[in-house]
Amino acid sequence: MWPARNRWGVSQRNALRHELDRLFDSFVERDPFAPVATTRPFPALNIWEDNNRLMVEAEVPGLSLEALEILVQGNELTIKGQRRPAVTESEVYHRRERGTGEFTRFVTLPYEIESEGVEATLKDGVLTIVLPQAEKVRARKIQVKSS
Amino acid sequence: MSDTTNIEKRTATTTTAEQTRSGCTFVPAVDIIEQDDELLLLADVPGARAEDIHIDYERGQLRLEARVDERQEDDTRYLLREYGVGDFVRVFQVGEGIDPARIQAAVKDGVLTVTLQKHPEAMPKKIDVRNG
Repeated sequence: MWPARNRWGVSQRNALRHELDRLFDSFVERDPFAPVATTRPFPALNIWEDNNRLMVEAEVPGLSLEALEILVQGNELTIKGQRRPAVTESEVYHRRERGTGEFTRFVTLPYEIESEGVEATLKDGVLTIVLPQAEKVRARKIQVKSS
Repeated sequence: MSDTTNIEKRTATTTTAEQTRSGCTFVPAVDIIEQDDELLLLADVPGARAEDIHIDYERGQLRLEARVDERQEDDTRYLLREYGVGDFVRVFQVGEGIDPARIQAAVKDGVLTVTLQKHPEAMPKKIDVRNG
């Protein structure tokens, strides 16, 4: 759950430092309070269920659908992609928090997916994938005949 | 160094502005890049469109705010919830070298680009050396 993990272990004094980032005056110095990045899978995912289908949402700002590859096999979902730097690497970065590079996120889903029915949309940097449950694993109502 | 395995959505630990909306506020990840005549500020604001973004410059402070509404119902039962959705806010102290009259901004695919032009006197100059 996200609220519990969004802590950078910084004191209040340092927290204020994050709010008032200096943009121009101090561009030579490196931020001594820059938080140590924790290694987490990218992209972060929210998954919920909606009427026999799973909804997967991820925030992937700056990516186009062409830069993303979505693979579904059985109950496994793979999201692959690459985020390129906005400018050439040789530019002078005073701050660099936006990650770049290749990523692969692999998720095991609670049930098999009808891969033909998978739909992905990307809008304003938010990816939404609709994954319908495979017909063969849907619960069926069993008719009970009286003998 | 920077790579996609180190990305984490940060909640704001302090707020410099009054909280006018409910929910969590997030600190957008930014890149600040210096070029000869301008600074480029890139901020990840997924879910925000141009009309959701408010940029104010006052007394040397540049404040970025991107309003992002919850995309799902409050009672959504998540099987996995690795991030929250809410407004992005971040404030920057802008130095003397920036011309506040010429700050421009655009947003595309959830990335906000703010261009801050330098004052001409703050630009690097090449000094010609003459033979005496």
